Order: sequence, then C-alpha cells, then structure tokens
Amino acid sequence: MLQVISLLMENKPGSLMRVTGLLSQRGYNIESLTVARTLDPELSRMTIVVDVDSVQRQQVIKQMNKLINVLQASDLTESPAVVRELVLVRVRTAQESRTAVLKEAEIFGGRVVDSSTEGFVIEVTGDPEKLGEFIDVMGSYGDVEVTRSGALAIALEARKLRLQPPVPTKAGTKEELQTEPQS
Amino acid sequence: MSTLMSGAKMLLECLAREGVDCIFGYPGGVTIPFYDVLYEHRIRHVLVRHEENAAFAAEGYARSTGKVGVCCATSGPGATNLTTGLVDALMDSIPIVALTGQVNSKLIGSDAFQEGDTFGITRSCTKHNYLVKRIEDLAQTIHEAFYVASSGRPGPVLVDITKDVFQGQGHYQPVAAVHLPGYKVFTEGHTGQIRRAAQLIHEAERPLVYGGGGLIAAGASQELRETVELTDAPVVLTLLGLGALPADHPNFISMPGMHGSYAANLALMGCDVMIALGTRFDDRVTSKLAAFAPHAKVVHVDIDPAEIGKNRAPEVPIVGDVKRILPKLNRLLTELAAAEGKTPAAEKRSAARRAWWHQVRGWKREHPLEVATSETEIMPQHLMGEMDRISRGKAIVSTDVGQHQMWAAQLIGFSEPRLWLSSGGLGSMGFGLPAAIGAQFANPGKLVFALVGDGGFQMSIPELSTIAGNALPIKIVVMNNGHLGMVRQWQTLFYNNRLSAVQLDCFPDVEKLAAAYGFKGTTVEKPAELRGALEEAVREPGPYLLCVKVAQMENVYPMVPAGAAINEMVLGPPEPVAVPSK
Repeated sequence: MLQVISLLMENKPGSLMRVTGLLSQRGYNIESLTVARTLDPELSRMTIVVDVDSVQRQQVIKQMNKLINVLQASDLTESPAVVRELVLVRVRTAQESRTAVLKEAEIFGGRVVDSSTEGFVIEVTGDPEKLGEFIDVMGSYGDVEVTRSGALAIALEARKLRLQPPVPTKAGTKEELQTEPQS
Repeated sequence: MSTLMSGAKMLLECLAREGVDCIFGYPGGVTIPFYDVLYEHRIRHVLVRHEENAAFAAEGYARSTGKVGVCCATSGPGATNLTTGLVDALMDSIPIVALTGQVNSKLIGSDAFQEGDTFGITRSCTKHNYLVKRIEDLAQTIHEAFYVASSGRPGPVLVDITKDVFQGQGHYQPVAAVHLPGYKVFTEGHTGQIRRAAQLIHEAERPLVYGGGGLIAAGASQELRETVELTDAPVVLTLLGLGALPADHPNFISMPGMHGSYAANLALMGCDVMIALGTRFDDRVTSKLAAFAPHAKVVHVDIDPAEIGKNRAPEVPIVGDVKRILPKLNRLLTELAAAEGKTPAAEKRSAARRAWWHQVRGWKREHPLEVATSETEIMPQHLMGEMDRISRGKAIVSTDVGQHQMWAAQLIGFSEPRLWLSSGGLGSMGFGLPAAIGAQFANPGKLVFALVGDGGFQMSIPELSTIAGNALPIKIVVMNNGHLGMVRQWQTLFYNNRLSAVQLDCFPDVEKLAAAYGFKGTTVEKPAELRGALEEAVREPGPYLLCVKVAQMENVYPMVPAGAAINEMVLGPPEPVAVPSK
C-alpha cells in the first residue's frame, strides 16, 4: 500500500543520497520523490511515496528519523493533509479532435502550455487520482507522452518541530594548543 | 583565540582534544601532510599491514574500553579497504571514527589517481559520514564525528578530507559545541512505560532477562545485577552481551539462539515476561519469529527507537539508555514488593517462580553445555575448557568467526564486560587477530588472547609483522581443524556431506612462521599436552603463536536449523542405527 512521507531535512550535500540509499537498502519501493528548499534555505522538504505493507510503515518513519540530516519525518497517509501533483501531457491529435481535447482540458482545470499542428501540451495540477483519470482521457484522443512531478504533500495541522540544542564539546574548554611536538 | 595553522595540524589538534591516544592506519599519497604533523607527536600511530585491519584494530580498541577507536587510511583503495570494518562496527554498534584522505577538491569527479567515491561508498557502511572540502568546516566536523560515534546507539563515522584541506592554511578556534538539530539522543525513558514494566515484571510468574550488547555499551552491569537480584529472574545473554553479568552468577544460564544452550532456548520459549535489555531480537537468537516465545509479554528497553517493534512488537516499549532506566525500574520493583508484603497472591507467585527455577535448572541438568574430551585427540570443547581455565574470567579474548567462536561463547566465562571481543552481526572473518592488537594497545597491562580458527587466522597473517614490530605480548591460539568448520558443518548436515571448497590444506608450520617474524610458535595435538602448551604460551613474555590441532569433524551443538523454532534444537549427532544381527 502507498505511504506518503513528508521529510524536513538539512539542505546539505548527500542528504538526498542518504534518504534514497536508505530506502533502497531497506528494500522499500519508491513510487515518487520530490524535494526542494523551504523558506529557510538551509532546509529542504521532501515528499516521498513508498509502497510498503502496513507492518513496515512505522519502521520506515523510524528509520528516516534515525538519519542525522532529517529533522522531522511525518507519515501523511492517514493524517489530514493535502496531496497534489503536476503533470505535463503532450498529446498528438487529429484535426477533428482538437476542440474536444481543449474541452477535456477545461473540465480538468488544465492549461494549454503549447499548441502546434501536431497537438498540444497540457499542464494539469490536482490530486494524483484526478491526474490519472486525465491521462487516461487524453490517451483516448491520440498518442501521449507524460511527465509527472511526483506527489507533494502538506499537513493541514502544523506539527511542532522539536530541534535538538547544541551539545557542548569537552574540547572547547582547553585554552592552550594540544599539538606542540614533544621535542 | 584564533591561530593560523594547516588543516593537518587542525585535525591533530581536534583529535588531541577528543582524548585520542592511538590511531591505527596506513599512509598514502593524500594523507602525507597529516602524517607529517603526526610525526613524533604523543598521539601514537600504529602502522598495520592492511587497512582492513586498521578498522578491526580500532574496533578492538573501542570494544575493550568503550572509548572511540580511530583508524586512518588514504584515498581510493585505502578507504575501500576499510569498508568491512566499518560495516562490522555498524552491525555491532561500536564507536569508531575513520579518517580518510581524498584527492584535491578540484579533482573530485575527474577519475584522478587513487580517487574513489568514499563518501558514496561508505554512506551505507556508517552511522554517518562527512566529506570535508573546506578548511573552515574541518574542526566542527571532527568534533561532530566523535559526538555522533559515541552517543546514542554508538556506531562508525567516517570523515573524508581532501588533500587541499590538509595542506591549506586556516584560522583554528576551539569548537565549543556541536550543532545537530536533527540528531536526537533518547536517554531517560518514559515514566509511564517504566511503571507499566515494573507492574508487569512484579506480577510475572516466569520472568526472564534477555540481555544484549546494549548493556555493555551502556556500562550497565551494576544496574543489571540489581534488577536480576530483585526479580531473581534467570538471565540469557546474547553473543554481544556476554560478560554483562559475570558468567558464574547463579542466575546466568548462557547464550541463547542458533548455537545457544538447551536451557537458554527453552527458557526463552517458556517465560511469561521477557525483559529485553539492550538487544535487538536478531535472527540468530529468535530463528523463526512467528514461533518465538508466542506467549511471552515483552518489555523492550533500547536506546534506538527503530529497534523497538522491528522484529517483535513489545507489550511495554521503553526507549532510552538502559543504564538510566534500570535504576528507576529497580526502585519501582522494590516499592511494589514492599507495598504488597506477604499476601496470598504474593505467596502463590513465589511458589510459581520457585517452580520456574526448578524447571530451568532441570533443563540445565538434562542437556548442559559440556567440555567434551578424548584420549586420542584434542576436542574443540576441551580447548575452550582450558581457555576458560587459563583466562580465569579476566583475560581479554578476541575471537574470529565460525565454530571456534560458538564453542568459545558457550564454554569460556567472563567476570566483567569488555573482555569478550567477537564479531556478531556481520561475522567478519579476519577480525580476531587485529582486534586483539587494538585491545592490547588499549590495555597494555592485560593478558590478551586472539582465539582464531585456521581460516580466519590466514586472513590476518600480515599483522604478525605489526605484533612483532610492536612487541605485543598477544597469545594467538589457532583452533586448527583443517577446514572452514562452520560451512563444513552445514555441508555435512544439510548438503549430503558434499564438502565443497572447505578444505584448508597447506596450513603453515607455525613454529617456522612465528620464527620468520622473530617470535615463538608451536603446535600441539595431544590432549595431555594442551594445558602445558597454553601455560607456556602465557609464560612467554612476548607474542606467542600456538596452533592447536583439534578433531576435524566435530559439529557445534545444540543447533537450531534455519527456519526452525528455537525449541526445535538438534542436540547431538544422530545416533547410529545398530546393524541387526542375523
């Protein structure tokens, strides 16, 4: 079953690799993954959709939390959240179908971002199920090429972010350098 | 205070401030700047003969002291040679910091000489890793690395440092604090859960303590002892937990699991409350999970929240440091006992517990772990019995992996933690000898044994040079059965005795081999001579290589076959069927 995970993580080199590496290492199937910076340029938010059985769901979140770069891992599958995705569809249409295609796009709230004698490129945003339906409909009109962005999710209730305070090193207290050579 | 210095010097400064006294390593092109500042510094560098052994030595250092072990290798092949040791430390939760050099940051990604994607390769081999490309980041990163390695659930951390950082100049300022907003260390344990645990344990009629490596990592032997005495519960300790309670403690049964004792496995299956402390329900212990202690209520205390519920859903999960949690639990148990006094329910429970002990002791008597002996050849179990006698629970024993390791775990007792060094989770052959090297450097006054098999020994032969060169008085005892014993056992039991690729012929003459490195070595094969040979090895002031030729086809029993429940143990070889007389 599909689990929607939202991760807030440090925007450091290797952070993305750690998350995908962990998912691959533990054998969780990634359906989609998107990531971008948040308001704080030091942090990124990642939305991952994984295909795991119900027993593994809690484990996935726990393993994500173990990663040092991850500040917060939330399972949004069943909590109040908005999930959206964007799709770009290039459809080849016959002359006769052009108007019909435009009407379908309008029904789905899509925008035509390119128009040519060959066909159209249409952009639609919505929940992943709706996008699936749109792609099917377009497919009935002609050849399609599809690029999906992957799901983005945001929780409806803000979850309090508990960050760990700095930890003093024992090293910082000494004044003199420790590295003069013996001689 | 801010001092201008090279990156290499800065690294050394940070290591000195972290209390490092010993680094196991092997230099190379990109680490020469660091080796230059290390030259004649009070931090000792131990030159190994293969980087894999530097990582194992750092582990031996850490396992025998609890301090962070440090190893160092160059870029490319040097770093890749560390990976086995890193995964080993990750699986057994051992705190080590691995420092590796990397090519000049401008050359990264150009397939430069001895360039390797160390950061990428070691991501899954470490608790965390870093690539330092700017000198401004170096000091902070080193202190972070030590903090991450040694806190929470300990583990290996790798820091990859580019050559230009080593050679560049920067302003060093002491680092006062590490900033890891996403790294949470759980210590205290939830008060409500501890209370629930105390109630459950108090009411148990057949309690059992199932302890693991987390007890050793936490240094919680004293606290464990109190819990054991308050509950009077029998105790089983995993391979990584041996020594948490002295082996001669009356409540200690033995190691459980695939090669654990009859009593330990039946006790796990028969208990009604299982107190799991610092352990992870590993498959070598549980075998078939669906059949593992199906009627027991589990109290699971562990510092890593991901381990709780991973293999077994506990009735009472407690996330935190077992050393902090046990005293609270003990206090509550004492209060509950005092508050109850001598009621009929208490009497009934005492009787049930006496019956439980009667049952456990019965199991121990029925099928004890025995030191088998023979008049004609040395039995492996006999060797372990003699090792137990000569180490007297106080020597450090580092083992390799295989049959000898299982017999050692069954038959050698330890009176304290951190004397028993053994690769459990990863089971890396070649661990025993270099780990003993690390342990000897960390404990210069102690008697250190490297108890290895003929297979694992041959993976570590280069380090005989390290031992000789540093005059380490390590007693290397090779249990030589001429085969890769554990694999041979499986082939005998499950593959129709088709012994494919397990004959270890051409084993060197150890007297000549040791002499080649300038120390003493001998072979013993008569049972009557075994004790004397071990005593001579210990008496010898320097290193000693003792090859003990043992019976070749002995199998480790009990054995839980793969996929079976732990009560479905095979206790011994099948009885030969008598030929019917005509």
